[in-house]
Amino acid sequence: MPNLNDILIMLPELYLVAAACLLLLVDAFMKAEQPVLLGLNGREVLHWTSILVVLVAIYLVISGQPEQPVRAFGGMFVRDGVAEILKVFALLCVALIFIYARSYLADRKLFVGEFYTLMIFAVIGVMLLVSAGNLITVYLGLELLTLSSYALVALNRDSKLSSEAAVKYFVLGALASGMLLYGMSMVYGATATLDLATLHNAAAHTGVPNLLLFGLIFMIIGIGFKLGAAPFHMWIPDVYQGSPTAVTIFIGSAPKLAAFGMAYRLLESGLGDLSAHWQQMLAALAVLSLAIGNLVAIVQTNLKRLLAYSTISHMGYLLLGLVNAGPEGYASALFYAISYALMGTAAFGVILALARAGFECEEIDDLKGLNQRSPWMAFLMMLVMFSLAGVPPLFGFFAKFLVLQSAIHAGMLWLAIVGAVFAIIGLYYYLRVVKVMYFDAPVEGTELKPQRDPAMRLVLSLNALTLLVLGLYWGPLLGWCKSVFPG
Amino acid sequence: MFNHLLSLLIWLPIVGAIPVLLAGSGRPNTARWISLLVAVLTFVLSLFLLTQYNAADSSKQLGESYLWIASLGVHYGLAVDGISVALILLTTFVGILVIVGAWEVIQNKPHQYMAAMLVLEGLMIGVFCATDALLFYVFFEAMLIPMFILIGIWGGPRRVYATLKFFIYTFLGSIFMLVGLIYLYLKAGSFDLATLAALPLSMQEQTWLFFAFLAAFAVKVPMVPVHTWLPDAHVEAPTGGSVVLAAVMLKIGGYGFLRFSLPIVPDAADAYAWLVIGLSLIAVVYIGYVALVQDDMKKLVAYSSVAHMGFVTLGIFIAFMLVRGTGNADAAKLGMQGAMVQMISHGFVSGAMFSCIGVLYDRLHSRQIKDYGGVINVMPWFGFFYVLFAMANSGLPGTSGFVGEFQVILASFQANPWIALFAAFTLIIGAAYTLWMVKRVLWGEVTNPHVAEMKDINGREAFVLIAFAAAVVALGVWPQPLIHLMDSSVSQLVQQLGNHKI
Repeated sequence: MPNLNDILIMLPELYLVAAACLLLLVDAFMKAEQPVLLGLNGREVLHWTSILVVLVAIYLVISGQPEQPVRAFGGMFVRDGVAEILKVFALLCVALIFIYARSYLADRKLFVGEFYTLMIFAVIGVMLLVSAGNLITVYLGLELLTLSSYALVALNRDSKLSSEAAVKYFVLGALASGMLLYGMSMVYGATATLDLATLHNAAAHTGVPNLLLFGLIFMIIGIGFKLGAAPFHMWIPDVYQGSPTAVTIFIGSAPKLAAFGMAYRLLESGLGDLSAHWQQMLAALAVLSLAIGNLVAIVQTNLKRLLAYSTISHMGYLLLGLVNAGPEGYASALFYAISYALMGTAAFGVILALARAGFECEEIDDLKGLNQRSPWMAFLMMLVMFSLAGVPPLFGFFAKFLVLQSAIHAGMLWLAIVGAVFAIIGLYYYLRVVKVMYFDAPVEGTELKPQRDPAMRLVLSLNALTLLVLGLYWGPLLGWCKSVFPG
Repeated sequence: MFNHLLSLLIWLPIVGAIPVLLAGSGRPNTARWISLLVAVLTFVLSLFLLTQYNAADSSKQLGESYLWIASLGVHYGLAVDGISVALILLTTFVGILVIVGAWEVIQNKPHQYMAAMLVLEGLMIGVFCATDALLFYVFFEAMLIPMFILIGIWGGPRRVYATLKFFIYTFLGSIFMLVGLIYLYLKAGSFDLATLAALPLSMQEQTWLFFAFLAAFAVKVPMVPVHTWLPDAHVEAPTGGSVVLAAVMLKIGGYGFLRFSLPIVPDAADAYAWLVIGLSLIAVVYIGYVALVQDDMKKLVAYSSVAHMGFVTLGIFIAFMLVRGTGNADAAKLGMQGAMVQMISHGFVSGAMFSCIGVLYDRLHSRQIKDYGGVINVMPWFGFFYVLFAMANSGLPGTSGFVGEFQVILASFQANPWIALFAAFTLIIGAAYTLWMVKRVLWGEVTNPHVAEMKDINGREAFVLIAFAAAVVALGVWPQPLIHLMDSSVSQLVQQLGNHKI
C-alpha cells in the first residue's frame, strides 16, 4: 500500500498534475479576452500562472531532493540525482518555451489554454520517464509525453502541414511504442520481472539468453526513435517543419533530455550487464546519425528542417557518450543532452522572436541581413550557431569535447575520429546561417524586427549568453553531472 | 597588477570590445577612439613585459594558474618565455596599426570591425600565453570566429567563399589535434604542457600525434600542400584582416610546432623532419615561382608569405637534423633562432606590404598589377616606403628580412649543403617576384589616367608605414635585443630536442 512517504517522494509530479488540472479549469471559466487581474486578461493570467507553476515545480524538485536515491510505490518510481538534474532542465526548458512562445501564439490565434496544459502534461511525462524504476513506468511516462506531443503538433488545426506532421508523428510514434513494448515483453519473458533493479540482477545471473538480446534490440529501436537517431529519424524533419515553431521548440528540447533518461534507465539500470552488446548497437546508431544528420543538413533551405537534421547529428554525439557505458560516459552524455536542450531552445527562440503574423521566419533566406536590421538578434543567433557547431569558447564545444573524450576512453578511438570528421562537415551548414545573417544584404521590403516583448527579449538574451558563460565556466555543471553517476 | 599582467593583456582588448560595440553605428568616431585607446593601452601594458620578464632565465615566467574545470583538472594556466614575449609584442604593435589603418577606410559598421579586431587581438595573445593544452585549443579555435566575420563582412567580392574556406580548412586541421590532445589527456591525466612534455610515449603513439599536430599547424602556417586557403583569404580580406592574418596568425602555426610537436613528440618529429624540411623547401622554391606569375598584388604577397614561412618550418626542423644527426647544438640553435627572428620579421614585413597594397587599393580599388605603373611619379613618399618593404621582403641586408633567412641558411648548410642551396634560392626568386612587382607598379610612365589622379599618403597612412619601417630597419640593423630576448628560451628548446621519450 502506498503511504504518505511515497506521496512525498513523488510530490513534484503530483503537484504538477494537480496544477495542470486547475489550469484547465481556470482556462475554462476565466474570460479570455477581458481584464481579470491587475489589468491582465484571462489568457495572460493563465500564461504567467503557468510559468509560476513550472518554476514552483523546479523548486519542489530541488528542495525535496533526498541525499540517497529513494524508491516509491514498490520501486515503480525512483528519485535520484539523475532524475533530479533531468527534471530541473526539462522544467526550465518548458518555462523558457512559455516565455518565448507567447507572441508567436498570439499572432496566430493559437494563444489558448490547451497549449499550456498539454505542455505541462508532456513535461509530467518526461518526469515520470526519467524517474522510472519499472518498465511499466517507462512506458507510462513515454506515452504521456508522446500523446501530449501529438496533440501539440496538431495544435494549429487549420494547417495542412501541421496535421500531416501530427499524423506522421502519431503513426511512427505508435509503431515505435509498439516495438518498445514488444521488447519489454521479451525481456519480461526472459527474466520474469518488470522491475529495473531486479532485472539488473536477473540479467547478471541468467547469462545472456537470446530472448533477452532479442528484447534488447527492440528496446534500442524504441530508444533510437525517441532520440531521433538514424535510421529511426524519419519523423524528425517533417515534425520539426510541420509543427508550429512554438511546439517545435518543445520537441527539440525537453524530450531529448527524456530520451537520455529513458536510455539510461533501460540500458544501465536495467540491462547494464549487457553493455558489451548494446555498446556496439549504439555505436552503429551514432555513426549513422552523424552521417545522415550532417550530410543531409547541408542541402536544406528550411531553417527548421536544418535544425531537425542538426538534432539527428547531435543525438549521434550524445550516443558517443552513452557508448562508453561507464559513469564518465553517462555524465558526458547527460552534459551533452543539457547543452543541446539549451541550444535548441535558444535557436528556436530566435526564430520565434523574429516570426510575426504571416511570417514564419523559417527559411534560411529569411534571416538575410539580420545583422543590419537587428544586430543583437544576429549576435545571439551567431552564438547559438557556433555553439551548435562546436566552436570554442562556446558551450557546445565542451559538450562535444567531453563525448569525444568518453568515446576515446571506451577504447573507441575510431568512433571519436568519425565524430570529429562529421563535426567539420556539420560546421559548414551552421556557418551558412551565420553567413546569411552577417554577409548578405537584407531583402528590400521585409521588416525582420524582433517581437516587442521585453520579457522574451531579456530571457532569450540570457539563454543565448548562457552558452557563452557556460563555455567559459562549465566546471560546476560538469561537476553536478558527474556527481549523479557514482563510479 | 604585474601578477596578472598576462590576463590583463588577454582580457583588456576583449572586454574593451564591449564599449566599442555599445558605441554603436550611430557614433562611429566614438567607437574608433575607444578602440584606439584600448589598443594603445594594451600595447603599453605589453611593454611592461620587457621589464618584468627576465631574459636570462629560461623558465616560463609571469605564470598564473587557476583551477578552471575542477573535475577534469584543467587549469587556466598562463606563462611566457622569450618567444612568447616577442610574439605578444608583435601582436600588440600590429593591433594599433590595424586600428589606425582602418580609421576612415571602413565605413560600413566600423564599430563591429574594430570590436572584432580587438577580440581577435586578445585571443591571439591568449594563444601565446597558454600553458594548458585545452586553454590553448580554446584560444586557437575561438580566433577563427572574429576572423571569419572580418573577412565575410568587409572583404572583397568572393569574400564568402574565401572566409568559409578559411574557417573550414583551419577547423579541419585542428579537430584532429583535439582528438590527439584528448588521447594525451587520458594518458597523462592532465592538459598541462609541461606534464605532456615529460610523458613517455611509444614511437607509434608519437607518430600519430605528430601527424595530428602537423594537420593543425601545417594548415595554419600554412605549408604546402595545405596552403591554398591563404591566397583566397588574403585576397578577399580587408586590409586590416590581411595584415593580422599575415603578421600574427600565421606565426601561431610556427609557435604551435614549438609548443606541441617539439616537446611532446620529439622522436616522431625527428623521424619525420625530412618530410617537413622537404615541404618547406618546396614552399621556398616552388611557391616562389608561383608568386612570380601572379597578377594580383595581394596574391603575390600571400604566396611570398607561404615561401617565407617555409623558412620558419625549415629552421625549426633542421635543428633536429643538427642535434640528433651531427650533435651540433650550436648550429641547431642558430637555425631555431633564425626561425624565430624570421617569424617576427615576417610579421613586420608582410604587415607592411599588405598595408601598402591597402593604400593603393583605397585609391584605385584594384589590386591588379597591370592597372598601376608609374605610381612613384604621383606618390613619391609612398614609393619610398614601398621600395623599402620590397627590399625587406627580398631579404636585403640591413632590413629585418635578411637576418632570419641568413641564420636559417647558415644552419642548414651545416646539416646538408644541398638543403642550404635550395633554401638560398629564395634570395633570387624572392628578389625576382618582389622587385618585378615594384617595377611594374612604381616605375615607368603613368599609363592609367586614374593613377595620375592618385594623392600621396596622408598623415594616418604615413604613421602606419613609418611605424612598420622603423621596426623593419631597427630589426635589420640591430637584431641583438630580439635575439637576446629569445636566447635562453631557444637554448631550452634545443636542449629539449635531444630528449628521447621512448
